[in-house]
Formats: sequence, C-alpha cells, structure tokens
Amino acid sequence: MEINPKLFEPLERKEETTSKVLPSLNYWQDAWIRLKKSKLAIAGLIIIIFIGIFSFLGPVFLKSKYFETSLYNAYKSPTLEHPFGTDELGRDVLVRVMYGGRISLAVGFAASLVNLLIGVVYGGLSGYLGGKVDEIMMRIVDILYSLPVLLIVILLMVVLGPGLVNIFIALGISYWTGMARIVRGQILSLKEQEFTLAARMIGATKSQILFRHLIPNTIGPIIVTATFQIPNAIFFESFLSFIGLGVSAPMASWGVLASDGIRAIRAYPYLIFFPAIFICLTMLSFNFLGDGLRDALDPRLRR
Amino acid sequence: MSKFVVQRLVSMIIVIFIVATLTFMLAHAIPGGPFTKEKALPEEVLKNIEERYQLDKPLIVQYLSFIGNMLKFDFGPSFRYEALTVNDIIRLGFPVSALLGLIAILLALSLGIPAGAIAALYQNMWQDNLVMIFSLIGVSIPSFILATFLMYFLGLRLDLFPPAGWGSFAQVILPSITLAAYPIAFIARIMRSSMVEVLRQDYIKVAYAKGLKSSGVIIKHAVKNAILPVITYLGPLIAAIFTGSFVVEQIFAIPGLGKYFVTSIYDRDYTVILGVTVFYCILLVFCNFIVDIIYSYIDPRIRIAKS
Amino acid sequence: MKSLQKVFLGILIISSLILSGCGQKTVSLKKEVPLQKFVYNIGAEPQYLDPGKATGIPEFTVILNLFDGLVRYDTNNQIKPSIAEKWDISKDQTTYKFYLKKGVKWSNGEPVTAHDFEYSWKRALSPELGSEYAYQLWYLKNGEAYTSKKITDPNQIGVKALDDYTLEVQLESPTPYFLSLLTFTTYLPVCKNVVEKNPDWAKSKDTYISNGPFKMKDWIHNDKIIVEKNSNYWDSEAVKIDEITFTMVESGTTELAMFESGQIDFAVNIPSVELDRLKTEGKVTIEPYIGTYYYLFNTTKPPFNDKRVRKALTFAIDRKAIVENITKGGQKVALAFVPYGIQDATTDQDFRVKGGEFFTDNNVQEAKALLADAGYPGGKNFPKFKLLYNTSEAHKSIAEAIQQMWKKNLGIECELTNQEWKVYLDSRSKLQFDVARAGWIGDYPDPTTFLDMFISTSGNNDTGWKNTQYDDLILKAKGAKDDWLRMTFLHQAEEILMDEMPIIPIYFYTRPTMVKPWLKNYISSPLGYTDFKWAYIDEKLKSK
Repeated sequence: MEINPKLFEPLERKEETTSKVLPSLNYWQDAWIRLKKSKLAIAGLIIIIFIGIFSFLGPVFLKSKYFETSLYNAYKSPTLEHPFGTDELGRDVLVRVMYGGRISLAVGFAASLVNLLIGVVYGGLSGYLGGKVDEIMMRIVDILYSLPVLLIVILLMVVLGPGLVNIFIALGISYWTGMARIVRGQILSLKEQEFTLAARMIGATKSQILFRHLIPNTIGPIIVTATFQIPNAIFFESFLSFIGLGVSAPMASWGVLASDGIRAIRAYPYLIFFPAIFICLTMLSFNFLGDGLRDALDPRLRR
Repeated sequence: MSKFVVQRLVSMIIVIFIVATLTFMLAHAIPGGPFTKEKALPEEVLKNIEERYQLDKPLIVQYLSFIGNMLKFDFGPSFRYEALTVNDIIRLGFPVSALLGLIAILLALSLGIPAGAIAALYQNMWQDNLVMIFSLIGVSIPSFILATFLMYFLGLRLDLFPPAGWGSFAQVILPSITLAAYPIAFIARIMRSSMVEVLRQDYIKVAYAKGLKSSGVIIKHAVKNAILPVITYLGPLIAAIFTGSFVVEQIFAIPGLGKYFVTSIYDRDYTVILGVTVFYCILLVFCNFIVDIIYSYIDPRIRIAKS
Repeated sequence: MKSLQKVFLGILIISSLILSGCGQKTVSLKKEVPLQKFVYNIGAEPQYLDPGKATGIPEFTVILNLFDGLVRYDTNNQIKPSIAEKWDISKDQTTYKFYLKKGVKWSNGEPVTAHDFEYSWKRALSPELGSEYAYQLWYLKNGEAYTSKKITDPNQIGVKALDDYTLEVQLESPTPYFLSLLTFTTYLPVCKNVVEKNPDWAKSKDTYISNGPFKMKDWIHNDKIIVEKNSNYWDSEAVKIDEITFTMVESGTTELAMFESGQIDFAVNIPSVELDRLKTEGKVTIEPYIGTYYYLFNTTKPPFNDKRVRKALTFAIDRKAIVENITKGGQKVALAFVPYGIQDATTDQDFRVKGGEFFTDNNVQEAKALLADAGYPGGKNFPKFKLLYNTSEAHKSIAEAIQQMWKKNLGIECELTNQEWKVYLDSRSKLQFDVARAGWIGDYPDPTTFLDMFISTSGNNDTGWKNTQYDDLILKAKGAKDDWLRMTFLHQAEEILMDEMPIIPIYFYTRPTMVKPWLKNYISSPLGYTDFKWAYIDEKLKSK
C-alpha cells in the first residue's frame, strides 16, 4: 500500500500536548466552578442580592417613611400611591417591607453563621472525639435545650435592653443546638468509613480529618438544616421583639410584619401577603443557593 | 451495653439536676414575682401571702426544699392557680399534649419519609419539584400563621372541622396538621438529600447488578441507609413539637401542657416553671437516649465501633 | 419499650376521647322542652373560685352566678335586697344592721344564716387565708388591723351575727357606697359548716357548695366550667336558664371563630381589627366598662417635673383618631381622669358629666405654646426620652401613633421601649421610666377608686407626684358625712390632678361583646362581669 507521506505531519513537541492534565484545583476552586454551573443557584444568589438592594437602597426612592403614621388613612388596599397598601396606622407597607428586609436578612445571615460556626464545629468535634467528650458535650446540648428560652430572653432583656445585637446573642445561646446534634450524628457514622481510615493512614492530623474530610462529607444535611432553620430565626426574632428584646417599634422585621398581619387576615389579607411572599421568596433563593452550594461542595461529586 | 446504659442514666440525672438549678436561679433573677400586680397589693396582704407560700424564706432554703420535694416527685402547689398543684397540671395537660404530639410525629414520619424518598428517586422531575415546593412552604410559614389560616379557612369558611376546642376526633385534625407541617417539610428535605447521596453509592449499583428488584433495592438498602440523618433529627424534632405546641394549643384552645411553658414564666409561677421545665428535661433526655440506641442499632458501623 | 407503651397509651387516649366525644354529642331522644343553655367564654382558667380570694373578672362572673349576697344589682343597675330583706343604717352611717330572709339554703340544703356571713368576712380578712382582696374588707372596723396582725382576736372585727338572721356591721368610717361594695365577691358568704372542716373546698366540683342561682356541675381545668340551675336557691323561680358552660378560650381570634361557628354564644374578647366589620354586621354590643387608659409621667425626672411640659404632651394627642382608628370599640376620649358611669351625689347625676372636661382634644396650638413657655420652643433641645409599654399589639399601636403625634406636633423625639409584663410593672414601681402606659379598671362604682391612687402614700402611685392639697381633699372626702360634700371634695381633687397633670388621660374603656340575639335579660356590670340570674333564652329566635 502506498502511503503518502504528505498525509502525515511530524508532531512537534509542544508542552500542551505532552500531558493534558487538568490544572490541580484545590477544594474551593473546584467548588466555585461547579457553583457557577448551576443555573438555579446563580438565580437564587441574584434574587438574594436583589432583595438586599431592595431592602437597603429601596427606601431612598420612596417618599413615605416607615414610621410616618396617618391614622385616618389606615387599612387602605394597594394603590399606585401605596403599592403594598397601608397598615393599621396608615403607614406605607412597601417601605416597611423594605426596612423589614434589612432586619430579617441580617438575622437570617447571622443565624446561619451561628449555625455554621458554632453548631457545625461543636457537633463535629463532639462526634469525632467521641467517648467521654462526646457524652459531656451532648449533655450540655441537652441542658441548653431544656432551659426555658423565654426566661433567658427576659433576663437578657432586663440586663441588656433592646437592640438588634441582643438578638444575635440570644441566637448564639440556643439556635445552634439542632445543627450540632445532626452534624454529630453524621460524623459518628462517617468516621467509621474507609476514607477516614485512609486519611488517618496517610498521617492527616485530627483537625485535618475533621475539617477537610468529615465535615465536607456532611455538607448535605448541614446545608439543608442551615437553610431550613432560617425562617425559625426570622420568627424567633419577631417573638423576641414582641417580648421587648430586639428592635423597638416602629421598626419592624418581616417576622413582626407577618405576625401583625395575620391578625387581620380576614379583613385585610394584603397585610400578611406581602411580608409572607418576601419570606418565601428569600427562602426559595436560599434554598436554590444552598442546593447549588451542596452540589458544589460535596466532595463525592468532584470530577 | 449495660455499662453504657448505667453511665447514661447517671449523666441524665446530672443533666436534670443542673437544669433544675439553673432554671431556679434564672427564674428568681428576673424582676417580678407571682404576686406582682398592676393593682399593687398592700404590704401587709403581700406579706401574708408570701408567708403562706414560703416565698419569704431565703432563696437557698426555698431551693433546698424544692429539690427535696422534687426527689419525692412532688413539685408543689401552683402559686397562681389555687385549685391545681404542679403535679395536677402535668398530669392533666401532658396526655393531651402527648397525644397531639404523637399524632404530629406519626404524620411527619409517615408523610415526610416517603415524600423525600420519592423526590430522590425522581430527582429533578416533577415529583421532586412538587415535594420541594411544598416543603419550602411548610418551612417558611410559622405555626401561628398556618394555625390561624387553617382555623379560618378549613374550620370556619368551609366548615370541615370545628375551628377549635378539644374532645372530639375532628378537633385533633387541624392542630396536628399545623404541628406536623414543619417536621414533614424538614424530614422530606433531609430524606431527599440523604437518599440522593445514597443512591449514588457503589453498593446500590451492586445491588441492582445483583439483580435485586427495584423496590427491594430501595427499601432494603437505600432507605435504611438514608434514614440516618432523619433519626438524628428525631431528637430536636420531639423538642420542637413540645415547644411548638404552645402556639398551637393556644390558638386551637387545647387544654395541654404547652401553654404552661410560657404562661408560667409570665406569671412568675416558680413552682410551675420548675416543674414543667424539669418534666420536659426528663422527657428530652429519655427521648435522646432512645434515639441514640435506635441509631446504633440501625447503623452497624457505629455499633461495631462502640463494642 | 417506651415507644410501644406510648403508642398503646395513645390508642387508649384516642379511644376514650372518641367515646367521650360521642357522649357529648348525644341528644336527648325524648321530645321535651329543650334545656335553656348557652356557652359563655370567660377567657382564662380561674385563679381562685373561692369568693374570699377571687380577684379577676373571669372569676367574678362565675362566682357571681354561683353565689348570692346580702344585696344584688337588678336589671336596672340598682341595688336591691337579696338575702338581706331589709336593713337599718345608723345616723352616723357607721353601723348597719341587716335582717336576713329566712329559709335561704345552701346547695346542699343547709340553711344560710348570719353566722355564715360573719365567718366568711372574718375568714377573708385573716392573714392565714392570704387573700389578695383582704383589703376590700378594710372598711370594717379593725379589718386592716386584723389582716396586718396588729390585733389577733377576730371578735374585735366590726361584723357580728346577733342571731341566726341578724347581722350587725361596724365600719371604720362612713362609707356611702358600702351597699354597692356588698355585691363584691369578697363580701359573698361561704358555707361555714363546709369550709371549717375542709379548707380545700373550692378546689374541686365535688366539695363546692354555693347559695346562688346556679351550682357547680363540672370543672375541667383549662377547658370549661359547667354550672346548672340550683333548685335550692331561695329565688329559683326567677332563674330561667338551666345550664351555663364557661369556656376558657384565651385567644380573641379563636373565640371569634368559635362564636361564628356556634361553639360559643357569648364572646368577650373581640380583636379590634375585626370590630369594623362586626359592627356593620350588627353583631357587636358595646357594654360600659368603668376604666381609664392613660400614660404616667415620672414627675421626679426633668423635664417632666415641669407641669407645662406635662400639659404640652397631654394636649398634643389626637385622641379621637386613636379611638376611631386603633381601638374602634366605641371608646370615649378621656379629657379628665374619672370615667363616665359613676353616680354623683344624686342618682340622676353622673360624676364625669358634672365634672366636665378639663382640656380640649388635640389642642396642638396650646401645646406648642406651653412647650415654648417651658423653654423648648419647637421642641428644640428637648431631651430624647423613652416611652414604656408592656408587650401587647394594642399598646404598641397606640404608642407608635402617639410617638408620631409628639414628633409632628411638638418636634420632640421619643424611643419606644416594650417590656414583658412583670418587668414592666417592676420598672414602673421603681420609677425607672420617663413616660409609661397604664390602665385602671374601677373596683367599685365610686370616684375614689380612681382618685385614691394618687395620694402621696398610695402603693399604686407610680408617678412620684406628691401634693399635700390633693391628699388633704381625699382625706376630707373620706371623712365627709354628707354625700354632696364628699363629691365636692372629690371634684376639687380631680381639678388639682388635671391642673398638675402627672398623668395623660387617653380614653375611657368599653367592653365590646358579641352575644347571640336569643340570649336575653342578662346584666352587664360596668365593672366587667355578667349576671345571668334573670336571663332567659328566646327559643323561637334560637331555632330560626
């Protein structure tokens, strides 16, 4: 068979062709790439950013103030002048929902932070260290669970007075216990698996095993729990404000707007509708973002 | 195993004791007492009442006498309700709350677990999306809003159930749905996420390869493994049901124990606060204990590690 | 295993509930005259059902229907003889002699005698009983001394049974409204024979003995109390109702839903947001309620030690807007402190009507002038202060509205602080506030229940305001022999109060209720409770 040499070209020794190896990505770089791929997650992130802008910058564009009452103008249904209607004191609901967003978003973020920083680490340590340490740490969680939160909150109110920061303190005392339990449970089962053994064998330190191997494998339940507990935080804040700890009237979060609004559900349903929609929307976005994060951060999905 | 049980029992008792002490201190640290009123009682009258209830004795004496009575399982009289002792309150209220809670938990498990499993099996298809939307709604709507909503629409407008009250089977439905909503959503979500991971595992592929029928694979292997985070969640779930029951009981006018968690603190009814808190603590540690035992049974890896 | 036991217990409980539920739904098969019964919501589990100790409105309603006293209000709000058929009053008005009817019985058949009354009143005063309302009986001679243990012999107290049917009462000083006090639960008798032997008699339906139109049939804690017609009642012919169920639904929204679904027939706790709609539907009856909603100044703290500042803040409030748009219960604006509904010296005169109004509502002009006069023109340099209220939707809305009114009308800033109930009471009594919300319901239908509060030594004076002239006038009113003179002193006292303005009156309470139209002839006391002795059900209306 006659083979035409012109069909062949000599292969030059180019660096890129010797070994097409993907750049060595660390955990975080890989995660970010995967996160960008998930359309829903990005959509969620965009919605959250939009709600953030709505809450923090929105009032600049409105005439009405969140505290301005107009008693003879109360309970008006949505109109052009008041797109979300007016509340029981004639205040514009739109601007109040904006201000409410500031507080609820802050509370939501703070709560998730508390959950992640305190809850995950506490549960992770407890599950991993096991034995007596686990025993004591879980009993402390039991104690925190059993103590009446209301008593602690009233005491905080007496000692600290009102203020948004005090809500974070109250969250920091009791909010993370559920997450701790769940993480601890997961770690307990994960630490007996082969990959943990493998990590130990190559000489990984205890904290490396915990933070680099075990916790990332728990990322699924962690994200679901963190996301799903955000509404709890939002309504916990409204409960605290109701008691007197937290922001003072007339400033109101979505939780407070919703609890005020539900009383009027038969007469003026739009009052509960708007805050509830925003809470649900925020939840939806956090959820999509959370799913995307989970898919991005789960080591088992790395390619 | 028995060593484990004994050790656990000892630590449970310590926990209960610490909770009782801390609660006593907290309750007395906040201003106001059981007889602080807007129409201030004249001093002499207040003195007589405090003497009668031993509130004039130094705190340490009150504390010791409370601990002493607690060991005899006698939590004392209620300061606010003359006709009830704390034991009465617990005895009358607990079965009601327990029934409601039990039904809610059963609802949550029997609806949440299958929902989550189905969502995982049909991942990203309409079944999955439906479950996800419902669970998001279930989690975003707090119980007092859901309760008012159900009471008004199903109870009053559509006249399907009596809007409130307790005593007939129909009156159990709305409150238990309300209580179960959040747990159903949460369990479905956790179950789904856990099951999705489990389904990706190699051993599932092996099971299919071995020729096991789909349902066999699912039930025997997938669900059993995926259910672990749900079991861990049972502990906090039971706690949530009991604390959530206050709102539901108040809105549906149910004579349970839940309301005392809150009203006793507003009333500064010290004995009730302590009695109810200690009782709740005992329940909680017992439930956690049982959950931990179930946990080690279900996951053989933990059992092996322990022995 | 614990969980199995729980399930078993659960099944047991469910089945027993179903069975009991079935039992309640059983309807009498015989075609008889239907039982006259209805459901009244008292809104809370009673604290005490012992007349000597009860202090709350839910308790009063139940006890008033279970017991009868020396006198009773009739359907025209007049005091009429009840167990006492007549009485003599001494010239100096300090000695009363009551002649009791014969043949009055307790629900267990035993006779009601003057000894029961003597025993009950001494018991209510006794330190051992620890009654919160012992001070209601301090009008009796040596009453206070006995409660405070200054004397230990109960025979020195000014009440004595001269024989089985004659009761002699000695008062500390003339008390023109003494007869109306006798309708108070603390003055109602308990059965001496029963109570002496069993101090826990009021704790359970099995031992509860009463002498009124109704007797106790059942008491299910936190759920309901059922009372039925007392056949041993001396006036049982006048009683038409066979049975009343008192429910304990606390939430107003729930109570409304239960009223509209037919589970409750008499609702007392209507959410204000629903009032507009319900009023247009004609379902609301607005009952009088002797009470004032007001704000307190801490007069020891500048700038509130200056009465011009206090008056400025008082005048700059639009009460009409509050009453029409927030509370919506037909409340009247308060331009004085003592509410309407209290008799003056003669029965056709109302104290408030006679006393008139002390200022104009929403008088922004004068408010501004006063503020400027005090050194804060346009609100400049006025310190930012705190407005304290206790946790409640209603108080919050009113506070938010007033905060804005002060800002808009006077240019002053205040911060709203809300505190949990007892923390708030504590702050008030310790004067740890600037301006605080308050409310006062009258204990008895006389101006002194409102004006006594502000004397320098009153434990209820949370303002720090002390005025010797005021104290003097109140003292003189107490000692006055003549009702006309007494009222004059009281009017003068109120004038001083309104001139110094240590408080900001806002509105006078009302009690909006919803009652099924077929329930008739019940008595709504302006003190908040309801008497069903003469009530009846119009069956024709009911079956429509």
